[in-house]
Amino acid sequence: MSDQPLLQIKNLHTSFFTESGEVKAVNGLNFNLDKGKVLGVVGESGSGKSVTAYSILRILTDTGKIVDGEILFKGKDVVKFNKKEINDFRGARVSIIFQDPMTSLNPVYTIGNQLCEAILLHTDRNRKEAYLRAKEMLELVGVNEPLKRLKQYPHELSGGMRQRVMIAMALACEPDILIADEPTTALDVTIQAQILELMKSLQKKMGMAIIMITHDLGVIADMCDEIIVMYAGSVCERGTADEIFYNPKHEYTKGLLRSIPRLDSAGKKLIPIEGSPIDLLNLPKGCPFVARCDNAMKICLEQKPEEVRINDFHIAACWLNYKERYFNEEVQSNE
Amino acid sequence: MSNTNDASPKKLIEVNNLQKHFVVKEDMFTKLPLKAVDGVSFSIDKGETLGLVGESGCGKTTVGRSILFLEKPTGGEIYYDGNLINEKNIYNYRKKMQIVFQDPYSSLNPRMTVADIVGEPLDIHKLYKNKAEREERIAELLQTVGLNSDHSRRYAHEFSGGQRQRIGIARALAVAPEFIVCDEPVSALDVSIQAQIINKFEELQQKLGITYLFIAHDLLVVQHISQRIAVMYLGKIVEIAPAKELINNPIHPYTQSLISAIPLPDPESARNRHRIVLEGDVPSPLHMPSGCSFRTRCRECKIHCSQEIPELKEVSPGHFVRCFER
Ligand SMILES: Nc1ncnc2c1ncn2[C@@H]1O[C@H](COP(=O)(O)OP(=O)(O)OP(=O)(O)O)[C@@H](O)[C@H]1O
Ligand SMILES: Nc1ncnc2c1ncn2[C@@H]1O[C@H](COP(=O)(O)OP(=O)(O)OP(=O)(O)O)[C@@H](O)[C@H]1O
Ligand code: SF4
Ligand SMILES: [Mg+2]
Ligand SMILES: [Mg+2]
Repeated sequence: MSDQPLLQIKNLHTSFFTESGEVKAVNGLNFNLDKGKVLGVVGESGSGKSVTAYSILRILTDTGKIVDGEILFKGKDVVKFNKKEINDFRGARVSIIFQDPMTSLNPVYTIGNQLCEAILLHTDRNRKEAYLRAKEMLELVGVNEPLKRLKQYPHELSGGMRQRVMIAMALACEPDILIADEPTTALDVTIQAQILELMKSLQKKMGMAIIMITHDLGVIADMCDEIIVMYAGSVCERGTADEIFYNPKHEYTKGLLRSIPRLDSAGKKLIPIEGSPIDLLNLPKGCPFVARCDNAMKICLEQKPEEVRINDFHIAACWLNYKERYFNEEVQSNE
Repeated sequence: MSNTNDASPKKLIEVNNLQKHFVVKEDMFTKLPLKAVDGVSFSIDKGETLGLVGESGCGKTTVGRSILFLEKPTGGEIYYDGNLINEKNIYNYRKKMQIVFQDPYSSLNPRMTVADIVGEPLDIHKLYKNKAEREERIAELLQTVGLNSDHSRRYAHEFSGGQRQRIGIARALAVAPEFIVCDEPVSALDVSIQAQIINKFEELQQKLGITYLFIAHDLLVVQHISQRIAVMYLGKIVEIAPAKELINNPIHPYTQSLISAIPLPDPESARNRHRIVLEGDVPSPLHMPSGCSFRTRCRECKIHCSQEIPELKEVSPGHFVRCFER
């Protein structure tokens, strides 16, 4: 039992039921997260990264619903948690740094008020201790003049400062899993480097696992033990950083890596992936990437690609890998 | 001398000693000035992109908002195409100058459909003949930013962060502006869509001669899109130079650490690189250090750095640095 993953997502399906129909935001998602590991999540904007995070914490909006699948935390299914269990789970076990700092900071309360409330709610500190802890956390994330900041309101802080307040809030209760949804996009690179270092060191110290959702492939390259690449609500590729960056096996991942501006790309056109994102109201039958894929084959239109194990550290859901394997086997059997 | 015939490029935006001081309550009785922008000067040529980078909270957004008078400057002048802008005449410039907001969440009204959001500026400035043309224009704009027209009937809150950011971009483009302040316009986007939008910004610039002030943290993006880059620290510009020059030859100690910390999308170099990690906290803009505002984190700080404020001086053509030690 001890090598059971800390968190296991199995065949997760989350949809939004809107006026226009069922938006299938997450479609059969699978991944594992081990204790103390950093898992990077990249993928197209709108591919369901945030919705996955919200599903894990069960904080979807009214129209959103987990329609199928399991979210196993230490073997227990979060989907089936009752109110009390889910409240314990949130904040104390898993906390989240939101992409949008304003959704989790209440504009009418001071920073100090909100930080203290979070600490009081999830730990057994008293008010005075909570206040000290709040100040300590602000210092930890590099917010200057913490005592003054505690008295300020969210709108009085710059975007980056708010983000750091949120990180402080998320870490204050020493969770087992920290979900960071674009935690550093609002920060300049020197502070970003500091915060990532901070997260790494806290992760080592507290043995916390991190799910790092970000578009910044630089951050991913630097931070993550393992990476999953998402497209249209499911994982199209999963592997170690080296495997994903140096040996990508899904056409979407390859396109993503090609699009990055490089230090010598000024004056040249960037190379985006052509075509537009798919409509989650009408998912295609086959591979969700097929309409944008240069190497698509007939089967890609008809059947959703199965996951292929590339090696011990790498899987990909693209039919081309089947083709490759098939040819290799044929060559071998002919020899 | 092949270009002697060329008229020298015309300045579209000129910012002269811009200041924006907020008043912040320290406690019940004391109020303190917060110098969010403290004497910033730069100009942007017609059809040029000036990148603006710097520490979070250093005043980038405030600079952008002040140019558009969304924030009333407390000092200095802003010229648009040679004309001094003030509170009264700003309305004549509203159609020419647009902003793409940093925060795609709070800047879009969740109760409006995408079509309404993008159509609103069209309505305000009466930019269509009839309903059909309006719809067509909206569809076109959505396509420009990589959304499809099926999206137009849906509400802003139904979209992901990156999708909302694109709605904001479509809205800014709606009135065919001459100048756009892009405040972190692509930081919420995946790199492929980011590439699409950057290409689009560049294409619009080539076709229509749009001028940009491009605020972003991602130096890979900024160096790609900008002709020149300005680096801010605590309300002041500390270095400004042509983009390539700034990346290859950063001179201010802050810029140097900034460049060395660019997250490179490559695990091998991430493991092996040498970062100049800055020590210490960013000082509070409420209690600025005396002298050079960077001195509390600077490894090369000397005594007089705390006594006097360094001026921005030209170290090579077009390359300005604010540091005593250079
Ligand atoms: N409340 C909602 N109602 C309807 N659809 C929604 C809602 N919230 C999200 N969606 C849809 O679900 C999909 C996944 O959204 P999600 O926010 O998870 O994307 P993401 O991968 O986090 O994107 P980004 O990188 O832009 O943040 C999107 O296509 C979005 O349009
Ligand atoms: N309305 C306001 N009242 C008081 N202070 C403000 C206000 N708006 C901004 N500030 C302060 O002005 C300074 C500059 O803020 P600004 O938002 O311009 O920074 P920024 O460089 O855009 O930062 P970021 O990269 O985090 O977006 C910050 O210290 C901020 O707290
Ligand atoms: S499965 Fe087919 S369509 Fe999908 S990425 Fe691979 S080759 Fe392209
Ligand atoms: Mg998201
Ligand atoms: Mg800003």
